[in-house]
Amino acid sequence: MNFDDLFGHIGQHTVDGLSKGAIYALIALGYTLVYGVLRLINFAHSEVFMVGTFAVLGLWTAFGVENNPPIGQAVLLLVLGLIVAGLASGGTALAIERIAYRPLRRKNAPPLIFLITAIGLSLVLVEIFGLVLPKLLGEAVPSMFGRARIILGMPTIIESKTLFTVFGTSVTNIQVIVFVAAVAMMALLDWFINRTRYGRGVRAVAQNPETAALMGVNQERVIMLIFVLGGIMAGAAALLWSMRFGFTQSSIGFVLGLKAFTAAVLGGIGNLRGALVGGLFLGIVEVYGATLFASNWEDVIAFVVLVVVLMFRPTGILGESLGRARA
Amino acid sequence: MINKMRELDRGRVNALHSVADRWKALPKWQRSLAFVAFVVFLYYLPLLGIPGLTWLRTDSISGGSNWAGVLFTCAVYVLVAIGLNVVIGLAGLLDLGYIGFFAIGAYAVALFGSVNSPVVQYFQREFDLPPTWAVTWAICAFIALVMALISGVLLGWPTLRLRGDYLAIVTLGFGEIIRIVARNMEGVTRGPQGISAIPGPEGPPSPDNQIFGLIDIKPWYWLAITVVLLMVFAVRRLEHSRVGRSWLAIREDEDAAAVMGVYPFKFKLWAFAIGAALGGFAGFLFASRYAFIDPTQFNVNLSILFVAMVVVGGSGNMVGVSVGAVLLAYLPERFREIADYRWLAFGLAMVLVMILRPQGLIPSRRRARELKDRAAEAEEAPAHV
Repeated sequence: MNFDDLFGHIGQHTVDGLSKGAIYALIALGYTLVYGVLRLINFAHSEVFMVGTFAVLGLWTAFGVENNPPIGQAVLLLVLGLIVAGLASGGTALAIERIAYRPLRRKNAPPLIFLITAIGLSLVLVEIFGLVLPKLLGEAVPSMFGRARIILGMPTIIESKTLFTVFGTSVTNIQVIVFVAAVAMMALLDWFINRTRYGRGVRAVAQNPETAALMGVNQERVIMLIFVLGGIMAGAAALLWSMRFGFTQSSIGFVLGLKAFTAAVLGGIGNLRGALVGGLFLGIVEVYGATLFASNWEDVIAFVVLVVVLMFRPTGILGESLGRARA
Repeated sequence: MINKMRELDRGRVNALHSVADRWKALPKWQRSLAFVAFVVFLYYLPLLGIPGLTWLRTDSISGGSNWAGVLFTCAVYVLVAIGLNVVIGLAGLLDLGYIGFFAIGAYAVALFGSVNSPVVQYFQREFDLPPTWAVTWAICAFIALVMALISGVLLGWPTLRLRGDYLAIVTLGFGEIIRIVARNMEGVTRGPQGISAIPGPEGPPSPDNQIFGLIDIKPWYWLAITVVLLMVFAVRRLEHSRVGRSWLAIREDEDAAAVMGVYPFKFKLWAFAIGAALGGFAGFLFASRYAFIDPTQFNVNLSILFVAMVVVGGSGNMVGVSVGAVLLAYLPERFREIADYRWLAFGLAMVLVMILRPQGLIPSRRRARELKDRAAEAEEAPAHV
């Protein structure tokens, strides 16, 4: 138990945790949106994120990006990366909805069947990126699909530099970008759901599907919309992840997905602002825990948090509701 | 195309059902005779050399085919499938962390039975025991069962009150945690180095062992198949007991079951604990056969393979899940050329089976009826999500 390190550098650990938690929060939005409307856990959402990181890697490979490009080029690469990752992830999420969810919804299958289909699909996606594509494209693009199931490095787009120091806590430019970008994406989504016509449709279906249908809300379209929105957020998370950690792997989604799900439950699944609170909280707890014990216990901490939350407050910190008036 | 496939499939299921009906209509002595013949066949299987079927890779073992080894794997997986079927098929709880119990069973025999394990070495130091001392295999079997059972109760106690899909995610995390704990606690499990010299029924592995050696796998298969037959019998009795009926009631409608006086939590915990014990015992057999384990053998993918065995075979039906287990264990071994793609194939199989026939290949009739009822309800109220 390393209390000296934890309390000696508490500010540093908090900053680390916040920038990590921001990425969890973005992924958690995908779980929360789908759960809020369909009351189902989209297990394959972790793979939506994984596809996003591969899209970013593909873009950077296509441009032949070297380490530390000039600043103008870096900004352009990040904006393009956001678009490409958003398209890839959104498209994957939509495909998941079409293949794994729509046929079952028609049959009114029990929730567990949805979960099993989603697990199967998630396995298929992991294997496509980990094995099938390397076999097919291994020679054409060795930097993406060199060998089966390897960890793939990415070029550094923005060099990590200390931006400012407060009370001995140094904050790097990457941490600021990750945090600000994640919160901005979430604010945008929050505005979309709470202020626009489409968002009203989403909230209506979340509150009461039958009544919403009677009022002329196209339910199928709302469901497609939430999958795409969740996918775009996962795409943004994928870009930030690639920028900050600089690697990806076909099996990257599993643990991150589990953590993002924990974040969603922690904040109150089905609640958009809850995802932010839960993600940041989980990020901080994880960094504190990893300092206190050892970094190889990090994944265990998230799981323990999940079990404790589910035992004592299954509705999460902010409570679960996308449309508010739902018991 | 799809309609034609459905038509064919319906014909196949009807044929299966009529076979089942005829089987039930046979006089008892004929059924017993056929059953005894089948059991004899199972025991004779490793000696049987059917060309094509027993052609298996020989690279993992010097000299000859590894047919008996594959049969052993199949038998262990059938045991896993039977245990998981209690949880998923009978009680309707989706357990995605079954590998955790399997690992606990395997580590139980490794930690208490092997002279290389830190636990045994600790006992030797504390109580001045000779360096060859370790807990005997038979007692390890008991320890494995009890440890798996207790871990099932410990995991189930806080989580079984949750909704089904939360339970699935929590158990998934549990499976991963067990692996991480085994990897990180080097002082207890020797971490990534793994534990060797895990004993068999004749004691620690050595060239002097007459029956249960590392080269001839046939005795191991006979041992495993004996355990499987005993467990099939036990679970069958359980299924038709008061407990089994309670499981079915909870699976079909928890609220209705509770109103009728079945306390869901209690029976769910029972199912969870019994499933865990069976999984632990399968892990125990696995560890003693291979005499060596390390944390990488308990990958979370295996949990998903176990679920695939149950749902593809037909959850709730013991014949179905056994066939599923044998298929999913045997096919990748037989077709080594495509074994790399097995996870892809398992994933696809899960998606296709769930979409086209969620009751599985050899369904339990009761489960099939349940799903049909739900589909009919959906047609009556199409607006409902």
